[in-house]
Amino acid sequence: MIELRDVRKVFNSGKPNEFVAVQGISLSLEAHKATVLKGPSGSGKTTLLSLIGCMARPTRGRIRVLDREITSLPERFLTEIRRKTFGFIFQQFNLIRGITALENAMLPAYPLGENFSSIKKRGLHLFDLFNIAPKADSKAEWLSGGETQRVTIVRALMNNPSIIIADEPTAHLDTKLSLEFLDILGKLKQDGKTLLLASHDPLVYESSVVDRVVNVRDGRIEGAGE
Amino acid sequence: MRTWIERHRNILDFTLSSLLRRKRKNAALISVYTLIVFLLASVLFFTYGLREEASLLLKEAPEMTVQRLVAGRQELIPVNYIERIRAIRGVSSITARLWGYYYDPVVGANYTLMVADDQDVAPGTIAVGEGVSRARLVSPGETIEFRTHQGVTMELEIKKTFSSESGLVSSDLVLISEDDFRKVFGTPKGHATDLAVRVRNPKELPTIALKVAELLPDTRQILREELLRTYEAIFNWRGGLLLAILFGAVLAFIIFAWDKASGLSVEEKREIGILKAIGWETSDIIRMKFWEGLVVSLSSFLMGIIMAYIHVFFTSFMLFEPVLKGWAVLYPAFKVTPFVDGAQVASLFFLTVVPYTVATIIPSWRAAIVDPDSVMR
Repeated sequence: MIELRDVRKVFNSGKPNEFVAVQGISLSLEAHKATVLKGPSGSGKTTLLSLIGCMARPTRGRIRVLDREITSLPERFLTEIRRKTFGFIFQQFNLIRGITALENAMLPAYPLGENFSSIKKRGLHLFDLFNIAPKADSKAEWLSGGETQRVTIVRALMNNPSIIIADEPTAHLDTKLSLEFLDILGKLKQDGKTLLLASHDPLVYESSVVDRVVNVRDGRIEGAGE
Repeated sequence: MRTWIERHRNILDFTLSSLLRRKRKNAALISVYTLIVFLLASVLFFTYGLREEASLLLKEAPEMTVQRLVAGRQELIPVNYIERIRAIRGVSSITARLWGYYYDPVVGANYTLMVADDQDVAPGTIAVGEGVSRARLVSPGETIEFRTHQGVTMELEIKKTFSSESGLVSSDLVLISEDDFRKVFGTPKGHATDLAVRVRNPKELPTIALKVAELLPDTRQILREELLRTYEAIFNWRGGLLLAILFGAVLAFIIFAWDKASGLSVEEKREIGILKAIGWETSDIIRMKFWEGLVVSLSSFLMGIIMAYIHVFFTSFMLFEPVLKGWAVLYPAFKVTPFVDGAQVASLFFLTVVPYTVATIIPSWRAAIVDPDSVMR
């Protein structure tokens, strides 16, 4: 499903502040499973997620997603894969302030050229599914932490992607909300989604939803990546 | 095609809600932008309208005016010059004109006194321009007193007032009989202010003017084309004067717009990063910024143009009247005939809407080509 071969990522290459975030990682991830990249901050988890999620290119090495080599693809194709294959749940949530929760969730679908009313219908259906329908018309900044998290999940699911990427999804949630989030993840896995998370929260990597934990430290994978 | 339209519609929809999010900032920008377009368009509409009006009026003027000069200054011209000029082949008619300026201490204004050619004004009566009747609060049947060169007061009855259609030229005009004119100014019989010459073939005008100059070396010849040129120069100069003042305002606007359009705030950069991360292409971001720039500049442009049109053609250029309408104390209550030069509007469009729209796109493009993983950090 997702395959990394000797992937290396260097920031500020050739400059005095050069930093190697990922040092030649090879990894294979299965479809329809939940995998957690576990490790302390600065270990390279987020960079790895960015590389897999077509947000950045590796300095060296090859990445295959759904049997397609993505490292050599031009920007336009990367964007298209990002839009159709991946749904992102960011650590900082990254909702756009000033517009409604529903508008935020609909954003990934705008460039598809789909009819506005059908996007809205789909968005409202997902809001209903995640029990936040009453908040659809609320401005993003008025939402509580849990509501914001759910809107972010709806946004990630908007284009019905096969892979969900979540970066430290419980970092800003209390235990109750974190457990609720894991519950949602379980449902998504049941629906056939592939889940890839980066987290150092025991609630996440010890959860029964998670099939595999990959330990990352100093840009390398520790052990066999159980 | 349908997909393409829907894509644009969705992006435009987001752009509009984006604009509404920054209501105050955008409202301030649109107001300043509208004001600048309004000022520029007002000046352009007005000067163009004036030039058109002046050329129309001057079409009725004689093809050549002959004046006598003494020591480089205009002097009264002997009427017997008429016969000598008439003898030149090609001259169709020649008339002696009597006109001058009269200062009325009552209203502190100068009138242009002119002897009517059509003998319509009988001795003891006058016809006055709309500006004069307005300033003196007089109407036909009433009288205006003039002080002659000998210090004697002379009352003349107003027979009629002029329509304001030709207000620009006739507002301060007083048509008077020849006898009364000579009494007021003491102009001796046998002398006129200047001579109006008409010719059969306008192409021969320069030759005829040359012949007049040879025949009467103490005269100068003023051709209608020269008057037109002078008028144009004056209106252009006045327009230019105002434009020079406006230049400062325009410059301030450019800096303001450039700052707004080119410098993306941290918040805007973050938003571009989010949009890219969730699957927007660089071209989608540019499309969004293009719509944003176009909505702001086009609406400001249209509002500015409409306001300028109303200002110039319906309120008679209320704000800048004293600057542009000349030196007379009796400003004509004068309405410029609505006339808009398409080329001028188009150039204003290309000087305002296009640069602004481009200025909004470039920085967004720069921000949008950065890897979207910035939002992950």
